[in-house]
Amino acid sequence: MVRSIWRTLDPTVVRNVSPIALTAFVTGASFGAIAVAAHIPVALVCAMSLLIFAGGSQFMVVGIVAAGGSLLAAVFAGLLLNARHLPFGLAIGDVLGRRLATRIIGSHILIDESVAFAMAQGDRRKAKAAYWTCGLALFLTWNTGTLLGALIGQVIGDPSRFGMDAAFPAAMFALILPALKERKTLTVALLGAAIAVATTPFLPPGIPVVLAALGVVAALPTRQKVAA
Amino acid sequence: MNIAIVLALGLGTYAIRFAGPQLRNRITVPPRVQMLLSMAATALLLALVAVNAFVPGGKFGGWALLGGVTVGALAAWRKVPFVLVVILAAGTTAVLRLIGVA
Repeated sequence: MVRSIWRTLDPTVVRNVSPIALTAFVTGASFGAIAVAAHIPVALVCAMSLLIFAGGSQFMVVGIVAAGGSLLAAVFAGLLLNARHLPFGLAIGDVLGRRLATRIIGSHILIDESVAFAMAQGDRRKAKAAYWTCGLALFLTWNTGTLLGALIGQVIGDPSRFGMDAAFPAAMFALILPALKERKTLTVALLGAAIAVATTPFLPPGIPVVLAALGVVAALPTRQKVAA
Repeated sequence: MNIAIVLALGLGTYAIRFAGPQLRNRITVPPRVQMLLSMAATALLLALVAVNAFVPGGKFGGWALLGGVTVGALAAWRKVPFVLVVILAAGTTAVLRLIGVA
């Protein structure tokens, strides 16, 4: 399984995954530094990155805890933020393979980036290789970054100083751009994104992004058009 | 903060991740639904882009962030290599912040 992935490994995928993996390293390091500054023990900080492996929810939990919020509320908020992984899994499920063992491991690396990389590929074989390459690379850099950040702490400072917050949306956009060339998909995605941005000020984090799936109504004609 | 919280969020997140592929493999998805699912996933990804560019953390994220993402998006649209798209986006935002753009 793994060997067949390395054999089909596209050098383009490796080249494209590299800057995202580097971004994850820097962001992971800043997560480690911020979490340690919030008086969370280094071992626990590393356990978060290993076991949760979802940056947004990790930052959120540390933020809530640092602000003296309730721990249960932090878990609930984190789960809401990660709810989008369910529709992502439904959309790319077959990329993980049919064997239970690979799906058990593959599910843990189901993150925004691995999903976007898989969906950007033309065929299933390439999608599989891209998914595993991206997921495993980011698991490695996110966790080593976290450990380094937790150990050297405050030195790293704010990752937004390096514009790391702009890297993620720009990279995602580049990955989905080919899919947006299809008109119906573009309409659906624009409607979904508009719904998400418009509802963000009013709903808990994570929910607006899931609501973007409602954009598919744009692809549901109530009646077949009469041939023109 | 304790290990129980980490385990709860970790296991919960894993369950969400495991459920999607599992459901997908249990049921046969008609081609039309498959197409809609893939469109919905693209909509979710574009929503992630938009929310993180315009309103990260629930409010306007500032002109430096928006400027960097816009430069990156334009570069992607002009078929600039992926690596450069990422560097241009992060670099533009970093420079804008350095010169005092909020």
